[in-house]
Amino acid sequence: MKLNELTIKQAIDGLRKKEFSALDLTESCLDQIARLNPLLNAFLTICNKEAINAAKQADEKLRIGDKSPLLGIPIALKDIYLTKNIRTTASSKVLDNYIPQYDATVVKKLKDAGAIILGKLNCDAWAHGSSGENSDYGPVKNPYNVEYTPGGSSSGSAASVAADMSIASGGTDTGGSIRLPAAFCNVVGLKPTYGRVSRNGIIAMSSSLDSIGHFTKTVEDSALYLNVTAGKDSFDATTPNLPVPDYSKNLNKSIKGTRIGIPKEFFTEGLDKKIKEKTMEAISFFEKQGAEIIDISLPHTDYAIAAYYIIQPAEVSSNLARYDSIRYGNKRSYFGKEAKRRIMLGTFTLSAGYYDAYYKKAMKVRTLIKKDYEEAFKKVDAIITPVSPTLPWKLGEKINDPLKMYLSDIFTVTANLAGIPGLSVPIGIIGPSTSSEQAALPVGMQILGPQFSEELLFNLGHQYEIGNPNKEKPQL
Amino acid sequence: MKIDILKVAKLANLKLKDNEENELEGQLTSILGYIEKLKEVDTEGVEETSQVTNLENIEREDFTLPSLEQVTALSNANKKHEGFFEVEAILE
Repeated sequence: MKLNELTIKQAIDGLRKKEFSALDLTESCLDQIARLNPLLNAFLTICNKEAINAAKQADEKLRIGDKSPLLGIPIALKDIYLTKNIRTTASSKVLDNYIPQYDATVVKKLKDAGAIILGKLNCDAWAHGSSGENSDYGPVKNPYNVEYTPGGSSSGSAASVAADMSIASGGTDTGGSIRLPAAFCNVVGLKPTYGRVSRNGIIAMSSSLDSIGHFTKTVEDSALYLNVTAGKDSFDATTPNLPVPDYSKNLNKSIKGTRIGIPKEFFTEGLDKKIKEKTMEAISFFEKQGAEIIDISLPHTDYAIAAYYIIQPAEVSSNLARYDSIRYGNKRSYFGKEAKRRIMLGTFTLSAGYYDAYYKKAMKVRTLIKKDYEEAFKKVDAIITPVSPTLPWKLGEKINDPLKMYLSDIFTVTANLAGIPGLSVPIGIIGPSTSSEQAALPVGMQILGPQFSEELLFNLGHQYEIGNPNKEKPQL
Repeated sequence: MKIDILKVAKLANLKLKDNEENELEGQLTSILGYIEKLKEVDTEGVEETSQVTNLENIEREDFTLPSLEQVTALSNANKKHEGFFEVEAILE
């Protein structure tokens, strides 16, 4: 096995046992990036020099027995995380020349924990999109088949981990932007509870929905990563003063008697038959392990996209109002099509005479969606659904139909509206099928739980992985 | 639903090209058409949710912390003048 293919857990073990150095590990990732980035377009900035220096420093610390949780682990970050002295674009030409003066809180925490930053990852500009194609720097390709989308908006973050260019990566999830690409690229993606991870220094998209999460190769790694990023931050008032548990502690707990809800609204006609089959197989695995499977209903699910496409563009229009080219960045004429569309939509729904009919109404429907989940979690401990109603689609397929693109997030947006955590876990590959010209592409399930229930999600996800080891790798 | 695209663009401080006006009008009308389905939902007496984890009035002691130095704060400015951001005149 090559070093860049290791998980966080395996890499930490190897580093501490001196089987290899942080420099070996980092160079192995940088070699893979150099080899594959021309094909996949996952990285916008590659920090060769900085990463090599950081690796050498990590090796010094490892030599004296430093046990920092991510010491020597090479990761990469969505280009929406501010990184001091490293260009940060949000994949938009508006910020083509922007060099942040400080690190986001989560970047500082990762660096303090010993992580090595390999570079900055491509995404839909301003995190607006479900396919990665709204990037002003060209789309990211799916490592499983380069004609297909890796999912968005954290497209480069998913592709980077799937293609073993980084051991893990940082992303953001406002309506599904971590869970969807994780499912499309056969990696694990966590959208934490709203406020669990600080948003300070993350370029804001929709402030009442933005969640800061990550991509890893295993559920266990996802827990180790959240151990570092979670917690209160005085620079983000939405981070509550709740203790951060050791998220890796309960991974092996028995799931016997855990009540898992299956919401009927997610298993309707619009769901691809083969994805439904795979999801049901995963659910029956939990049943065999002694979990109790319970049919539930989340009656307002069908209104989630409509509510989301009022709330989110409204907040986008407000957050993107700050880009005036005075303190940093280029003029507003540099905004791409999707950003303009959302600014216009949000400005309209917030404008005088329309606020009550649109924004206020959507915020009320949001309450009903949140209540659906609160009611459901009285009956069940967790909920399992597919991540996406369809397999990854071909690049270009939905780019001229914004509404169709928006509907791709139909199974993921409710978690953001309700503020609950969601873990996207790979459940297999579908295809290839010669009859329908379907390429072999990954599928994921989504495990949802009440606010601040990440421990339970990791427990369920880890138990699934133990019983169903994920051995698929892209052929690159 | 008829949207006054030029008025909205002005409010949003965006300059649109001619073809963008028509394209946006069509797309926004279609999106707003879809959003209309919220009218089916009875929200009588339902409160709005704007803070989803129920936090309120987060306070901290009022003390100063180090902040960016002037030269750093100005490092991304397109135009600066004697330690200030330079902006276009807003009064003629």
